[in-house]
Amino acid sequence: MSASLMQIDQPKKSLPKSIKITGWVLTIVGVLAVAAAYIIDSKHTAFNNVIGFLCLTSVALGAMFFIALEYVSGAVWSVPMRRVFEFLLGTLIILPLIAIPILFNPGVVFHWIHPDPSDELIAHKAPYLNLTFFLWRFIGVLVIWNIFAWLFTRNSLKQDLSGDQKLTRANIRIAALFLPILAITLTITAIDWAMSLEPHWYSTIFGVYYFSGTVLSAISVATYIIIKLNEGNYLHDLKKDHFYSLGALLFAFVNFWAYIAFSQFLLIWYANLPEETSWFISRWQGGMEFFSILLIVVHFVVPYFVLLPQDAKMDPKKLKFISIWIIVAHYLDLYWLVMPSYKSGITLTWIEFVFPIFIVGIIILVIDWKIKKHNIVPVGDPKLERGINFRL
Amino acid sequence: MINMQSQHLYGITALFNTPDEIIHAANEVSAKGFTRFDVNTPYPIHGMDKAMRLKNSKLGFFALAFGIFGTIASVGLMSWVTLVAYPLVIGGKPFWSWPAFVPVAFEVTVLLASVLSVLAMIVIYFKFPNNAHPLHDTTYMKRVSTDAFGICIEAKDPLFDEQMVTEFLKSLGGKDISPIRIEDSSRVLGIKLFDPKFIFILIIIAALSSGTTYFVFNKLLYMEPFNWMSKQNKLKPQAKSNFFKDHTGMRLPVEGTVARNNFPHVQTGSMDSTGIYLHNPLEVTDKVLEEGKSSYRIFCSPCHGNFGRGDSRLRGQFPNPPTLHSDKVRNLTDGQIYNIISNGQNVMPGYDLQIPRENRWKIVHYIRALQRAQNVSEKDMK
Repeated sequence: MSASLMQIDQPKKSLPKSIKITGWVLTIVGVLAVAAAYIIDSKHTAFNNVIGFLCLTSVALGAMFFIALEYVSGAVWSVPMRRVFEFLLGTLIILPLIAIPILFNPGVVFHWIHPDPSDELIAHKAPYLNLTFFLWRFIGVLVIWNIFAWLFTRNSLKQDLSGDQKLTRANIRIAALFLPILAITLTITAIDWAMSLEPHWYSTIFGVYYFSGTVLSAISVATYIIIKLNEGNYLHDLKKDHFYSLGALLFAFVNFWAYIAFSQFLLIWYANLPEETSWFISRWQGGMEFFSILLIVVHFVVPYFVLLPQDAKMDPKKLKFISIWIIVAHYLDLYWLVMPSYKSGITLTWIEFVFPIFIVGIIILVIDWKIKKHNIVPVGDPKLERGINFRL
Repeated sequence: MINMQSQHLYGITALFNTPDEIIHAANEVSAKGFTRFDVNTPYPIHGMDKAMRLKNSKLGFFALAFGIFGTIASVGLMSWVTLVAYPLVIGGKPFWSWPAFVPVAFEVTVLLASVLSVLAMIVIYFKFPNNAHPLHDTTYMKRVSTDAFGICIEAKDPLFDEQMVTEFLKSLGGKDISPIRIEDSSRVLGIKLFDPKFIFILIIIAALSSGTTYFVFNKLLYMEPFNWMSKQNKLKPQAKSNFFKDHTGMRLPVEGTVARNNFPHVQTGSMDSTGIYLHNPLEVTDKVLEEGKSSYRIFCSPCHGNFGRGDSRLRGQFPNPPTLHSDKVRNLTDGQIYNIISNGQNVMPGYDLQIPRENRWKIVHYIRALQRAQNVSEKDMK
């Protein structure tokens, strides 16, 4: 670590006030809109609440996955921007808050809570799908995530002061331990909050499906923030080589999502069993068939061809555009997962828009709060200098 | 002096000691406007393409074109096979079941895009089959493949001037600056793609490899130690045998004998005659009825229903199976029902190959029990 780097580590400390105000406005408008929506149509809002919860969870978990991946793979290029992912972990504490409105009356959303007594299938699944166990699982995964997030960030922040290499090694161990735990907890979350909405249906690949969108959304949110911060000179002048790496990851996970989504569809289509196909059929009637095709175009075809050329992955402008695009696509994906169990066909009212407003506001607030508190760049990381000078 | 003139200059090389020096040199050389020069290093150096001001490789477009070709070719082949050449209903799906094509199309796309790009790279950039290069077998090449970083400015460059280039490379800090001379132009050009010698070698390689493949898979594998049990001392059905006078492998039973557990049995084929001549050889016992029920459930119930009412879940997909409780069926003799089970009737196929003879008789008993349970007579009530 050269002395010159230490000196230029923080060109600017806190974000302009306008961003904080935007964050507060969006959050307050979002909270009020959510409250109003709950008063007007509580069932409809509860389903949207599930989408919102899954969306925020995916941003937090994807960020955590990215950090763990950096440590276990020994990646260098991502070190200058790792803090942005660490800041996104701040959304973990919002997760219980956004889940609470559902938990007040979970039976509205999860109809396995008050099942039809003659329903043998749900009775068979009752040892797993019951409210007590569900709540314990929810608390359990939240505690696990928060512990690991705290460990990662604590070590990373400590390193800012000490520059101790041992902390990196400690984080590598934690990351190696965390990745299998993430696989399990993320699958549990996907099953509990998305798959159990239609408790008769099951898909063994469902956890992986949610995971693909998770990583995609976290990286695209972070990409947007990183490029914005880089434009405002908050980070050490990142080069196209860094952007190329981010763009390549986005491209890879766009393909991964399509691969997993199609695998799930292909197996169910091939076997053609009534208990499995019903899930796709409910997404292929009453206008949802157009939405399904739209999802393929928005979530795969467009990002694929935008990100395919090498130049596009290096161009911050195109990356900014496509990262916003992918966040929206991920929200549409979650809508596609959740909403058909509320009502068949497309449901589109103002209630669909209240949670995105809230989530964008809360992410801005979390980032603003974290940037005020901590260094935007991990100045003590032994890999930082190599990371800044990273060239393809 | 004469020797010097028969040779001609290919270019001037210089060696550098560190990656930083070679990056700096490449940057300076390209900044000066040289276009025909190359850098040789023992390992890839990051940032070299930028320092040399190289344009992006065009190979990506080849890969895209080959990939699209792979997609179109594979989807086209599968569509042609399933729609035109050999339309088959598979798993009750439509002939043109595109989801099943996707994995194959994906694999072929990736395969062709990667393999053909590598081939295109070898042909276009390496000028295959030319394997000669003026820098081969020079001390310069030996050094840059071990511990030095070299740059070579070619004489073909429009800015080239032997004196000037030598001075320039020296000013950049280059060591061992030396001109590369080549004997004549033939060594530069090497072999061409349509050189008769090359084509001849290709043909020989193709003949050898396909001949070997043919020999291995069609001859070698079937030579004696590897007959894979396909040759055994037994006669297969329909096979010829020289052991018997009539050269037929299949033999009739010796006249007047009966195989074990296989009582002789007359089946004339006509329903009326079997109905008259055949009688159920089994007595009604709990066990017989139980076994009859189990066979009935397996073979008959899918159409006729568990209770013979002709109300199974397949109703409506075929001409409806009849109830077994009609007067017509109840008035059939055991032998006639047995005949229908064995040979089938209307849409119903014969079950003589699937259900052993005894079990068919057991089914007859069970059907009788069903009929009696459904049409209770006064006598039964007593």
